[in-house]
Amino acid sequence: MKYSDEYRDPALARRLVGEIANTVTRPWTVMEICGGHTHAIMRYGLDQLLPKELELVHGPGCPVCVTPVELIDKAVAIAARPGVIFTSFGDMLRVPGSRQDLQMARSNGADVRMVYSPLEAVAMARQHPEREVVFFAVGFETTAPANGMAVLQARREGLQNFSALVSQVLVPPAMRALLSAPENRVQGYLAAGHVCTVMGFAEYEAIAAEFRVPVVPAGFEPLDILEGLLMVVRQLEAGEHRVENQYRRSVTRAGNVAARHAMAEVFMVADRKWRGIGVLPRSGLVLREEFAAFDAERRFAVQEIAAEEAPQCISGLILQGRRKPRQCPAFGRECIPSHPLGATMVSGEGACAAYFKYQRLRAPV
Amino acid sequence: MSLKPEDFSCPLPLTAHDTVQLAHGSGGRLTAELVDKFFLPRFANPTLARLEDQAVLDCPAGRLAFTTDTFVVDPLFFPGGSIGELAVNGTVNDVAMGGARPLWLSAAFVIEEGLPLAVLHAVLLAMEKAAQAAGVSIVTGDTKVVQKGACDKLFINTTGLGVVPDGINLSAANLQPGDAVLLSGTIADHGLAILTCREGLSFESRIESDTAALYGLVAVVLAVCPEMRAMRDPTRGGVATTLNEFAKSSGMGIMLREEAIPVRPAVRAACEVLGIDPLYVANEGKLVAVVPAAQAETVLAAMRAHPLGRHAVRLGEVTAKNPGLVAMRTALGTHRIIDMPVGEQLPRIC
Repeated sequence: MKYSDEYRDPALARRLVGEIANTVTRPWTVMEICGGHTHAIMRYGLDQLLPKELELVHGPGCPVCVTPVELIDKAVAIAARPGVIFTSFGDMLRVPGSRQDLQMARSNGADVRMVYSPLEAVAMARQHPEREVVFFAVGFETTAPANGMAVLQARREGLQNFSALVSQVLVPPAMRALLSAPENRVQGYLAAGHVCTVMGFAEYEAIAAEFRVPVVPAGFEPLDILEGLLMVVRQLEAGEHRVENQYRRSVTRAGNVAARHAMAEVFMVADRKWRGIGVLPRSGLVLREEFAAFDAERRFAVQEIAAEEAPQCISGLILQGRRKPRQCPAFGRECIPSHPLGATMVSGEGACAAYFKYQRLRAPV
Repeated sequence: MSLKPEDFSCPLPLTAHDTVQLAHGSGGRLTAELVDKFFLPRFANPTLARLEDQAVLDCPAGRLAFTTDTFVVDPLFFPGGSIGELAVNGTVNDVAMGGARPLWLSAAFVIEEGLPLAVLHAVLLAMEKAAQAAGVSIVTGDTKVVQKGACDKLFINTTGLGVVPDGINLSAANLQPGDAVLLSGTIADHGLAILTCREGLSFESRIESDTAALYGLVAVVLAVCPEMRAMRDPTRGGVATTLNEFAKSSGMGIMLREEAIPVRPAVRAACEVLGIDPLYVANEGKLVAVVPAAQAETVLAAMRAHPLGRHAVRLGEVTAKNPGLVAMRTALGTHRIIDMPVGEQLPRIC
């Protein structure tokens, strides 16, 4: 298939793997920040190809994983209200809250619908003026522009019955928090290519300089990831620390200016709680005051709902790259995809789910 | 979809109503009209024409294969077929996967009141054609009409009977290390046809369901390889689920080769866009067969000579290692597990 087979070529992959092996002279720990990268690494088994000196640790870049439990509980509470149509991207439906997930809410009679785009939710609000349509606006900088556009569209049309339950998070504050932690092991970052497509990489330059780590925005195909790792390793071996753009076919320094404007018009930066990690300052987005009417938390008065995590779950440590899924006593035992204890086992992009799905065997054949 | 009388090879029967009424299920005059005007002309055969409470069948010698399935697909019509073809082919294929020649079907309809009679007529025409193509007779049936909202438009249950020839013993428990795993053609066509149609997604080229009756292909394959170990049609859950069932039932491992998996370009592109793995997507006209390695090439050649097996491939091997698990050697030379799916495949956020 055009535009993807070029980036999965086995001969080129072998060449990049050879170059990484020839470059590495000592142990390095590199974090792929994005769950999309974790998923691709496991799916293609790229970790099996890398020299043992190069350790990959998996970052918190999975929006499903870091959405706090209480937000799921709020979603379930709103969905259960009579007259509400609750809309969400598909992979949020199975994420466990403290008692229920959205699929259970649906089986109990809530009108929960899966959408592929927030604009579908806006269209539902238009078609059902007698119902309250709520959209679960979850994600990183990748979903924020489209989710913001949906709010703008609803305002333009004067829709009184559309609102968003917002759980938008930002990547750079999490990268800073991880590097600032005393137990940090991360020496270089593979940054998320799609996030940088929207945001550009200017804000990563400060991180690279301040913490003296290489940062390489990379694409999601096997050759993108391998080339990105080669760039990180070359910098590490040379004692360099700068932003180097692997994903040149999509990422520019300034990013997508129109998308960033739409984001900035609707949202403002605020403190956000990350599931398993806690509150990170200025790490998320909330609706600006002039869009308060579209804020589902206020509209349905669910701000006070609070919740606790399952105590055995170590997803917080996993999301910070401090533990691997196999180091969790519950992994593959009490905690499996059909009965997840924490969010890293739910989403296909969660590290635990990716390990369980693709790499339960250490060395098959 | 909009139905026009000229779309049909058989014109819509004239009735006093345009839609199915609750009274059509009451057992009275309207029920008789529905049966006489809509059902009997489509499924005409001497066994059905007796209109007794049961079909009485002359049973050939041999063992019977017996299966049932209920069809609730939404939308009722989709690119490449309708609930009518599925209701026939799905059950006929389950019979055929036992190596049996499908002979008879029952058909039971649960109809939501208000269903346009033109829609019912179109579905019945599709069933008539599919049954003819599959060489089966619909010999008994039932109709119920339920209140609006009690079902979604139309549900169909079909039960199938067929006869297994002597000497054929197909079972997932038969798998042996070294056996070849064959697949009769491209995967994920049906599931993606439904998904793209249901969600209103469009791609450059139309994705059509592969719904087809497979007994013809089965007969050809069994003729050249009566030692066939097991056969299954990978419907819900896709090829990955079928292979996992094989691995669990046999206590063997299965190793696939990624490069061997046939997926049409449009289907592959749609899967990439939606974040769906084609190995887990439903097929309605494909079969997976496990054969002794020595017979693999003969069977493949026979499959490829049949219209429903033109794109047949050798997908992988049965292994003694990794009992109960399915794994895949990727194009990059790495390995990964192909697990049973958990719940429905949910599209990814980003």
